[in-house]
Amino acid sequence: MGGTSSKLPKDLLSEYQELTFLTKQEILLAHKIFSELQGGENGPYSSRVSMQKILTLPELKANPFRKRLCHVFSTSDMKDGSLNFEDFLDLLSAFSDTATLEIKSHYAFRIFDFDDDGTLDARDLEKLVNCLTGETDDTRLTAEEMRQLISNILEESDIDKDGTVNLSEFQHVISRSPDFVSSFKIVL
Amino acid sequence: MDGRVSFDADPVIDFESPADEDGVHDSFSQLIQEQCHDLHDVIEMTPLDLEEDSRDDVECLEADSDAPQQTDHLIGERWSSDTLKVLSSMPSRTIGRSRGAIISQYCNRTMQLRRRRQSRPSIQHFPRSARPSIRGYGVETDAAGFEEEENKRDRLVNNLQNLSDSDRVRMLRAMPLSLSEKKELRMLVLNKAEHSVSQNQIPCCSQLKYYIIIALRHGWYGWLSFLSSLQLWQTALKCVGGRFGTGVLSYFIFLRTLLFFNVFLFLVTGLLLVVPQAITHPDQDQNITVRSSWGLEVLTGAGYFSHSLLYYGYYNNQTLQTGHSCSASGNGTSCSSGLSYNMPLVYFFTIGAAFFITCIILVYSMSKSFGQSFRIDKSKGLLAIKVFSSWDFKVIKKSSVRLQRANIGTQLKELVAEVNRQEQKFPVLQRLFRLFIHMLAWIMCLGSTLACVLAVYYFSEHMHGDLRNRTQAASSDPLLKEASLLAVPVVVSSINLLLPGFFNVVAWMEKYDSPSMLNYISISRNLLLKVSVLGVLCYHWLGRVATDPQSLGLECWESFVGQELYRFLLMDFIFMLLDTFFGEFLWRVFSQKALKRKRKPVFDIARNVLELIYGQTLAWLGVLFSPLLPAVQIIKLLFLFYMKKVSLKMNCQASGKPWRACQMTTIFITLLCFPAFLGATVCVTYTMWSITPSAGCGPFRGLKNMFQAGKRWVHRLAAVNPDLHWLASAHSYLVENPLFLFLCAGIFLIMIYFHSQVVDGQRKIIELLQEQIENEGEDKKFLITRLQHIHERKRRVTPRPVKGASEVHTHTLSHTHTHTHAHTLSHAHTHTHTHTHTHTHSHTHTHTHTHTHTHTLSHTHTHTHTHTLSHTHTHTHTHTHSLTHTHTHTHTHTHTHTHTHTHTHTHTLSHTHTHTLTHTHTHTHTHTHTHTHTLTHTHTHTHTHTHTHT
Repeated sequence: MGGTSSKLPKDLLSEYQELTFLTKQEILLAHKIFSELQGGENGPYSSRVSMQKILTLPELKANPFRKRLCHVFSTSDMKDGSLNFEDFLDLLSAFSDTATLEIKSHYAFRIFDFDDDGTLDARDLEKLVNCLTGETDDTRLTAEEMRQLISNILEESDIDKDGTVNLSEFQHVISRSPDFVSSFKIVL
Repeated sequence: MDGRVSFDADPVIDFESPADEDGVHDSFSQLIQEQCHDLHDVIEMTPLDLEEDSRDDVECLEADSDAPQQTDHLIGERWSSDTLKVLSSMPSRTIGRSRGAIISQYCNRTMQLRRRRQSRPSIQHFPRSARPSIRGYGVETDAAGFEEEENKRDRLVNNLQNLSDSDRVRMLRAMPLSLSEKKELRMLVLNKAEHSVSQNQIPCCSQLKYYIIIALRHGWYGWLSFLSSLQLWQTALKCVGGRFGTGVLSYFIFLRTLLFFNVFLFLVTGLLLVVPQAITHPDQDQNITVRSSWGLEVLTGAGYFSHSLLYYGYYNNQTLQTGHSCSASGNGTSCSSGLSYNMPLVYFFTIGAAFFITCIILVYSMSKSFGQSFRIDKSKGLLAIKVFSSWDFKVIKKSSVRLQRANIGTQLKELVAEVNRQEQKFPVLQRLFRLFIHMLAWIMCLGSTLACVLAVYYFSEHMHGDLRNRTQAASSDPLLKEASLLAVPVVVSSINLLLPGFFNVVAWMEKYDSPSMLNYISISRNLLLKVSVLGVLCYHWLGRVATDPQSLGLECWESFVGQELYRFLLMDFIFMLLDTFFGEFLWRVFSQKALKRKRKPVFDIARNVLELIYGQTLAWLGVLFSPLLPAVQIIKLLFLFYMKKVSLKMNCQASGKPWRACQMTTIFITLLCFPAFLGATVCVTYTMWSITPSAGCGPFRGLKNMFQAGKRWVHRLAAVNPDLHWLASAHSYLVENPLFLFLCAGIFLIMIYFHSQVVDGQRKIIELLQEQIENEGEDKKFLITRLQHIHERKRRVTPRPVKGASEVHTHTLSHTHTHTHAHTLSHAHTHTHTHTHTHTHSHTHTHTHTHTHTHTLSHTHTHTHTHTLSHTHTHTHTHTHSLTHTHTHTHTHTHTHTHTHTHTHTHTLSHTHTHTLTHTHTHTHTHTHTHTHTLTHTHTHTHTHTHTHT
């Protein structure tokens, strides 16, 4: 770890520590993993790693939301889901132990908002449920079940009854689910 | 250390309490103000907005052809693009999406925070843009969006700069922006701060302070990261969590927490009791080395161990002197120089303080855990919670992911089916039958528990008598005597092992519907068993052994009880090992080989956690009698962790049942606190208060009870120093007088009552607010439908779209930009005309048509066809007219552009005034083409005028 810490300048490290929920060890570990993903070349911190490469990480490989994760955290102009080191840190910070419920629920909302329109509508919910249950025939819900489920979800969580779940409504639901914080975590 | 001992993997997580939640939902009003001018643009749909309209038309047509799959939940109506625009620019929706909205939200929040911190901010110190008056009214210039966002950012930077350091860091950290943006913000803030610092010319001492603060902060970060690197078993826990999910993980975290409790206890007793005692020589030499076989001694804790630091009896009642060992004879403390170490006092206060601190930590983590898992708001939202928060992101193993998916799928299906079923009504007979079954089950469980308790009671009595006989006979085999000591622990541990299995069978017979109900029932039954068995044992030790130690030939009953507890702890551990081996390993082998089952057994979290709690209760009970018992417990827990981990990986698979980890953790910590810790405390306090310690050993020899140690010390202090006399009286009033305790308890109860009342009030307020939100939602719905109506009406006023019209539109789209522009202009013209003349309305059709004709001069004959068709629609007497019109068209085909003009001109002369209108239109169009036509245009205009006159 001493070798990698020399690559990350000290002031940058402390800045990252201040701006994210990560500890020094976690940042260094993240840096090590990220440089491995970059493939040995010690490029500047702004160089990007493509989504395909990011998704080879064992922590993300099996996650059904992996592509959404990359898209939400990517700051790339190309909208290709590629991450630079800071995006990667952002991701880890949101999924870290100490991140607040608010920031976790914010990013969860963004991840579940498949069409990026700022609300979860019926189509987003359908996609979400399909992600949760998988695409195999024995687990996925029938059309009728899906319709019922979505209307029930909207009935429960859509407080102002406008047909979609917006961020504050989403956070309201999440705040009633104590398990969310412990399950919305990715440990490197 | 204290911070670490908490029941979650994440002690620092700052849960938003319901009271704080308004932070999430607030600041909309300002957002609305900020974005209302965007909205303004949208609402003012100008009549010129033809393109928008036609796009709507296209959408409408597409939707018509696509069947009604696009069903909006709100009213089941399709919104026009304008309404959609308004909807999407609503603040509640932009906040989850756009960066600007987030920035302005945080801008408001920092503002609030600052206001709260500095109750009276001095305005002149703030930069202008940070003044609340400006933003309060939402006066925003009509600048471009970019500029405005910059504005907001500046304001945010200003606000941040005015916050204190820790607040700023917290704020920046909690902002859901990308890291690079946060970096930029931070840099701006720092630059500004530096700027202002250099301006103000602060003296060097505060610069020093600044550096010290920075250094301190660095130190704090270093300390934090050091603490987190201490996280025990990080990778092992990750591995378990990645394979078995949060439920099983909570067992291991619970185990780790218990380990921390014991480490704390061990450190306290070790440093304050064991080490000082070990340094000084014991008062008498033990030559009681009845060496039986070593293995048995390890099991029973008797023999060699009975006169060691492990037990109470070894500790003496002298005042130890530091520095030089002052040979104290008897109880006299002749040496008064140097630091004196009063062993009885230290013993008393160490145990007391350890229990007190443990109690505080337990109650704190319990209350915190309660706050997390049981919110005031009781509205059900099971499906939404399930869908939004059931995915466990920690799970990374492929097969576990598949399993998790299958679980969630089935759970969702079940829940949906349950919602559909709605109150399944059993017939009365069946309900009675179920009730009967439940009653029977409870009777069986309670009966078996009672039988076990009685068995333990009589068996321990029997063994007690047996022991008495043996000691009186004094001729029996010492090995057998020692082995007989193990009988009671073995019986109790086997009861603890076997009865839960019996309970499980009973519960299986009962067939509970919900798994959570099943969990609660099995937990309560197991708990009842363990508590009652422990109660009987406590009675046995404190009631039988302690009151009559002579009959057993014991010179130190405390050590005997300590040995008993050691034996129980060890036996419990051995039975856990056996259970892991037989119950998990062999059962897995059996079920896979013999029963040919694919599934592995599931780890029973509840039972295992209860066993941990039982063991911990024993350890707490035993601390007084055996100060090193926490060390034994630590070793046991360490072993247990690795053993359970290996066994879990080999034998178990992830559970299919939903496990509400957080709620269960709360329940477990409550159980750890309430019956377990409280029971142990009561026992220990009882021992200290009212049982006479044995006269021949231990730090409290010669006292009436252990509590006297403190009293005697206070009195001695008062005797030496008369000024401290008040201490003695205060001690006697506060500690010995029960009234004080009652008073404390009374105040505590009253506080609890008040709090519950406050919670009740809050619940009512929440209900009201919920109702209000629903009303607001109704209002919103109403407004949106009204908006939609207005748009619709507007669109109805403008020409009704026909199939052909849309075709025309596609044509014009393929044209250049100047063309389309002219198009809209002409349309506006007709619009004004419809307002003045009533029957020109239908003629707008011809308008557009002639228009397109001039556009598409080189086009084919099909166009003229549609043209004639639309003409038949308009008027009856224009029929002939349309014919001639087509004629002119064929003419235009042959002729050039300028020629068309003249043709239409003659046309209008021979016909009605509406056609002159068409004419003007073609004029306006050609106007964009060439300038030469403008003269003729004015000419026709005069013509129309004359016509209307006639």
